[in-house]
Amino acid sequence: MSEVLPLAAAPEAVERAPKRRHPALAALRRLFRHRLFLTGLFLFGIIAFLAAAAPWITTADPNRLSMRNKFLPPGGDYILGTDNFGRSLWSRVVWGAQLSVIIGISVVALNAVFGTLIGALAGYFRRVDNVLMRINDALMAFPAILLAIGVTAMLGPSTMNVILALGIVYVPRTARIVRASVIVLREMEYVQAAVAAGAGHWRILRHHILPNAMAPMIVQLSFLFAYAVLSEATLSFLGLGAVPPTPTWGNIMAEGRDFMRDAPWIIAIPGVALMLTVLGLNMLGDGLRDVLDPRLRIQQ
Amino acid sequence: MNRPLVEATALSKHFHVGPAGWFGRRIGGAVLRAVDDVSLRIMPGETLGLVGESGCGKSTLGRLLIRLLEASDGHVLFDGADITGLAPKQLRETRRGMQIVFQDPYGALNPRMTVEDIVMEPLVIHGAKPDAAARDKVAAMLERVGLSARAASRFPHEFSGGQRQRIGIARALILRPRFIVCDEAVSALDVSVQAQIVNLLQDLQQEMGLTYLFIAHDLSVVRHISDRVAVMYLGRIVELARKEELYAAPLHPYTQALLAAVPAPHPAGRAARRAARLRVAGDMPSAINPPPGCRFHTRCPHAMAICREVAPPLAETAPGHLAACHLLTKTH
Amino acid sequence: MSLLEIRNLTTAFGTESGQVTAIEDISFGIEPGEILGIVGESGSGKSVTALTVMGLLPRPPAKILSGSVMFDGQDLTKLSERQLQKIRGPGIAMIFQEPMTSLNPVFRIGEQIMETIRAHERLSPRALRDRAVQLLAKVGIPSPERRMDDYPHQLSGGQRQRVMIAIALACNPRLLIADEPTTALDVTIQAQILDLLMDLRDELGMAIMIITHNMGVVAETADRVLVMYAGRIVEQSPVERLFDAPLHPYTRGLLDCVPSLEHDRPRLVAIPGSLPEPARRPSGCRFRPRCAHAAPACAETLPILAERAPAHAAACIRLPEIAAAMAEPA
Repeated sequence: MSEVLPLAAAPEAVERAPKRRHPALAALRRLFRHRLFLTGLFLFGIIAFLAAAAPWITTADPNRLSMRNKFLPPGGDYILGTDNFGRSLWSRVVWGAQLSVIIGISVVALNAVFGTLIGALAGYFRRVDNVLMRINDALMAFPAILLAIGVTAMLGPSTMNVILALGIVYVPRTARIVRASVIVLREMEYVQAAVAAGAGHWRILRHHILPNAMAPMIVQLSFLFAYAVLSEATLSFLGLGAVPPTPTWGNIMAEGRDFMRDAPWIIAIPGVALMLTVLGLNMLGDGLRDVLDPRLRIQQ
Repeated sequence: MNRPLVEATALSKHFHVGPAGWFGRRIGGAVLRAVDDVSLRIMPGETLGLVGESGCGKSTLGRLLIRLLEASDGHVLFDGADITGLAPKQLRETRRGMQIVFQDPYGALNPRMTVEDIVMEPLVIHGAKPDAAARDKVAAMLERVGLSARAASRFPHEFSGGQRQRIGIARALILRPRFIVCDEAVSALDVSVQAQIVNLLQDLQQEMGLTYLFIAHDLSVVRHISDRVAVMYLGRIVELARKEELYAAPLHPYTQALLAAVPAPHPAGRAARRAARLRVAGDMPSAINPPPGCRFHTRCPHAMAICREVAPPLAETAPGHLAACHLLTKTH
Repeated sequence: MSLLEIRNLTTAFGTESGQVTAIEDISFGIEPGEILGIVGESGSGKSVTALTVMGLLPRPPAKILSGSVMFDGQDLTKLSERQLQKIRGPGIAMIFQEPMTSLNPVFRIGEQIMETIRAHERLSPRALRDRAVQLLAKVGIPSPERRMDDYPHQLSGGQRQRVMIAIALACNPRLLIADEPTTALDVTIQAQILDLLMDLRDELGMAIMIITHNMGVVAETADRVLVMYAGRIVEQSPVERLFDAPLHPYTRGLLDCVPSLEHDRPRLVAIPGSLPEPARRPSGCRFRPRCAHAAPACAETLPILAERAPAHAAACIRLPEIAAAMAEPA
């Protein structure tokens, strides 16, 4: 008998060669082959770099007035020109990027914590589901930006309050998404198997439900980052965000609005920065969704 | 005789379906009687087969017996002790003794855990430390179900359907339970792999003295693995007997129809068989508002007036042979 | 002349890790009025064969590498999508495993049947409706006139499959391809649907290609059987002969590993190992790693399908040795 005869071996003699290891690593590998994701990552990466490096890459104080130098067009001494008070637009836009990123991260963090918590509780415990979801529905019944305007108008304009307002607006939406995946996961047979083994609720949520709910959550959070940046710009444009002269993209654009004809760069430059950020984040999110969403992967 | 390992008395599970009120309370709506007044006993070391068509409640019954679902009515005794009202703490202890193997080899394993973590989890839940001793236990169990030790560090997606089912079996057995519910455990597998798993389940039963409730819709697999077989229709058991009797001389018209519908294993004489076959028309009615009287009367070729009004009890027609049909009780 | 004649058909898929062949060198024919059973397990290529014939595989990622599918004097692999649409329906029709997803949930079933008829024939609204009602009656839907206005979710699984068959019959096809038509159904419903298919064959004289993993379904319905494994045909035979005298070790294994309804066996004869993934098929004979009769030579050559008895062919180089081993008293 030759070695090709398998009968003596265990039934898994025809076991496959080891393949890709951790599922997360496999996803990462697919991500780095995804062009849309890479483009988005690149765009957002630029803004994130500017935000992080703001103190080192800007020489002029963003709030230093210099009436001599007002309305300088881009090029020359001031690379992006100056505004109506002669402040360096480069400095203001870069510091504005930092504020946008800080607000984006904070809103995403709030959502990651409270959205997950509320969504997981509502999806897993049917008793609290109805109460939580009715509150959720009530909050979601307001148009997002109107609710944010209402909350900041109530709390007063400040960076902290913008974060709080955007948290109140978006946490219910995130909670809905988490709840939807938890409801599906709760019925999975591996969850049933854990129940049959005697696992408690906490263990089931931590080991079996939340890790598997992460993928749609990450996709949602990347889009949320874009909404947060956009909403913050809207709020400060309306005078409800960080108090001037704090440089935010919304503030710069609000001030530039009056000089749109004579100095269009004041409103255009933060506008372009905002657009690139949101575009980059949305591309990033689409890429993540392509790679992480199992429903899309099955269709391939 | 010794006492049954698992005993169900007048067990029912009703699901409320229909519109929910503002805060989730059901307003009116219908009741789905998934399992309705079922009593049965499973003796230590035996395999009770449970067959029936989809929607008959066989899977619900299996989950009631190990309290993965709470019964609406009735009791389940495990090794003589009533587990229906157990508090969470005692229930956890009882769960060591009873486990389940699922149908879907893809949905039954957490994709983000390694095989070792999956199989070890029940040990950890019951207080073991995830140390070398536990790992050795897991490795031994993996080997026992036909997987190599190398499998431990891999993830479920690296395995075929049959291998995944082995992992699920290892997880169910790691606590050394006495009773296993096999819920369509081989139904999703390719036939050439299915036989391996059936053989494995039988070997493990012999070695570890296991008691099985083997739920399946494939009548020939159930015949092969079971000692006794129960047939379910619309939430009720309509016949229960030793397998030799049930397959050779089925008493209930539904069992007869079910067996007649199975394709023959050989083409010879199929035209004649087709002409002679007892056929049931139509489909199983919904378990929401099931037909009154005998639930099978809407499809039964022998239905009589009484069948439409009175539900026949599950009665012993011969020693150890139970059937619920007016045709059988009338003459006695 | 055969109704359908497939010659050396090879279909591949482009995947992340390169091109993978789903079916290889498939050749067979179907005669008018014949029921041909194609049996195989997952990954055997039985469904891909059917979808290639129907021209229903998305290309790319699928690609027909070689071979021809002759139907009615035309090579279906060379036709445009428009020309194929004319064949689908009156020429070849198909039903699928999952009748729920094959029907559009937002249209009444009568509308869905009439739409199919309309695509190929001009009829008055009255005549159209009558035809649809007749079709529903023909496939055994009770009170078809009333059922016309039902939506798919109002029907049971068995009834939905009947409606799918009615749609397939709408243009009097000469070949009906049934891909696992009863796999999602309960056994009593399966018997009803199989009976219906055979009655329709007798009545309409159409040929049926029935694709299944269930040997019992084949034994019950087929005139002739193809056994597929890992993308290739391993055995081809008239149905009685296949069950009486199977040749290929895989066919024998398939027949042996199914438990019996009538008598006891202490243990099932299992085929060891698992089915190879398309990208990881072994060299030489695909079944070699799981075969009890494998020899070193099996790894070297790809066995071709050769006739061993009239109309009975198998692809195995060890048949004489296996026959000798079987003849020896154990």
